[in-house]
Amino acid sequence: MLEYVIKRLCYVVATLLVMSVLIFLITQIMPGNIAHLILGDFASPADIATLEAQLGLNDPWYVQYLRWAGAMLHGDMGMSLSMNQPVSGIIWGAVGRSALLAGISIVLVAILGIWLGVYAGVRRGSKSDHAISMITYVNIAIPEFFWAIVIIMLFAGYLRILPATGYASLDEGVWNWMRHLILPVFTLVTGLIAHVSRLTRSSVIDVMNTQYIRAARARGLSEKRVIREHALRNALLPAITVLAIDIGVLMGGVVVAETIFSYPGLGRTLIYAIQHMDLPLLQASMMVVTFVYAMANLSADLLYAFLNPKIRYGRGRDA
Amino acid sequence: MPERRNIRKITGLHVGLALLLFIVAIAVIGPSVSPYEMDATSLEQRLAAPSAMHWLGTDEFGRDVLSRMLNGARSSLVMGFGATLFSVLLGVPLGLAAGYFKGYTDDIIMRVIDVMISIPPVILGLLILSFTPPSLWKTTLAVGLVYVPIMVRLTRSVTLEVCGEEYVQSARARAEYNWYILFSEILPNAWPAIIVESALRVTFAILLGAALSFLGLGVQPPASDWGLMIAEARPFIASAPWIACAPGIALCLTVMAINLIGDGLRERLDPRLNRSRA
Repeated sequence: MLEYVIKRLCYVVATLLVMSVLIFLITQIMPGNIAHLILGDFASPADIATLEAQLGLNDPWYVQYLRWAGAMLHGDMGMSLSMNQPVSGIIWGAVGRSALLAGISIVLVAILGIWLGVYAGVRRGSKSDHAISMITYVNIAIPEFFWAIVIIMLFAGYLRILPATGYASLDEGVWNWMRHLILPVFTLVTGLIAHVSRLTRSSVIDVMNTQYIRAARARGLSEKRVIREHALRNALLPAITVLAIDIGVLMGGVVVAETIFSYPGLGRTLIYAIQHMDLPLLQASMMVVTFVYAMANLSADLLYAFLNPKIRYGRGRDA
Repeated sequence: MPERRNIRKITGLHVGLALLLFIVAIAVIGPSVSPYEMDATSLEQRLAAPSAMHWLGTDEFGRDVLSRMLNGARSSLVMGFGATLFSVLLGVPLGLAAGYFKGYTDDIIMRVIDVMISIPPVILGLLILSFTPPSLWKTTLAVGLVYVPIMVRLTRSVTLEVCGEEYVQSARARAEYNWYILFSEILPNAWPAIIVESALRVTFAILLGAALSFLGLGVQPPASDWGLMIAEARPFIASAPWIACAPGIALCLTVMAINLIGDGLRERLDPRLNRSRA
């Protein structure tokens, strides 16, 4: 187990290193040079040359990279070009708000998705199973950005009970704060709940057909105990893997949802930085997203390993 | 009633195939049957509701929504199938090599894939699209690249399984060339799993591609694309909901059609694949 944890940690470090080089290099070769962006269109070539020298833009790329990465490690993300503020201030506020959105969503997806899947799986072939299957089948096919627009039309347009966009801080009242979160969260969880519940359902059905469940039933255990003590343990392992994969999908969804709902999170910051060619902001937000994703993957992997005896006792996953 | 038993049961696969065929037909002949020019604007007809003249209404520039939808099918399909094809072309040979040659080849390929898979898909896409002006083919490649690691892992695991089979052992004993074993013995047996996975990827790719176009990082105006149409319709969802709904429903139907085909293929080609997919 320890060996596995160390191996995983090495991957995380390697990923972050590779990504930081990639992000730095690719954003460095973006059209428009930084000195030009800072000074504006009417700067004289001499001013640009001076600023370039000041910022060290004439150094070889690896010197620039090391300077940038070193500053990042110290928490210094530079100044935003378009907002004239330190990037770290913008990023950390945005990360908190995105984490709130993603956190609520993943908890809801885990609870509702697994519950629905188990509910349908143990009632295979019943009316409620068919109903759940139908609804989830449609839900996985709906693009998030379209679904967001549909529920804005419904709840903000016709019913007028929820705000269409924006964000309210907790100081503006708890209810107000919650009202602004409902539609974005609803957008994010719909497709994912469907995805998780479908896979949980099929893994529950697989497990219910195994010998040891038949054996447990033959011993005269009540159906409830068979499901709770024997089936769920094994059926939930695939569900956890799926949840880990869905974290990646969720992050994409967060970018889309934040853009549509004008929610001031990391995803919208990222799109803003791309649209405004704000290099320091773009580099920092991409690094933070990569870091969060790597951490989420790591914890999912470790949780999976912890629950799966094959890995816990030192036999590799893909051997 | 004996005749009734002879009627073959219509399965999800048939429904999906019929629907997809219809959508492909639209993509091919759509532009020539569309009632108006896709980018013909009309100041008098702005945001007109559906009518006999404009079956699906018009958008903010008075462009016919039906015509734009018929023209937009192409880019969604190109993105979905193009991206998947790209990930298969790149991922399958790499997965075959990793699973067959093992050793260093396997180590190097899989370590690169491990790192690639830890990159958030959105970031990988955005990274590619952020530094150059977006266009259809770039979005397609970006989306395809996101799915390469999954294809490599899948092909590798199937190859590892097949390598243990007797016909591969005997081919090796006959001292056949490696490329012969790879492409004539292993690949044909790996196809079912790859095809089923590809069907699933096509839907993901269509959705991701549409989302990127929606964010302004895919197909650019004035071209027509379903994701882009929904983005353009966003300011008018209260006054003219039909502009967003038409392409949205078209996207849902396309994705559902391919999902139905994917599920049908899975049942037909390989019942073992019913386990969870990674």
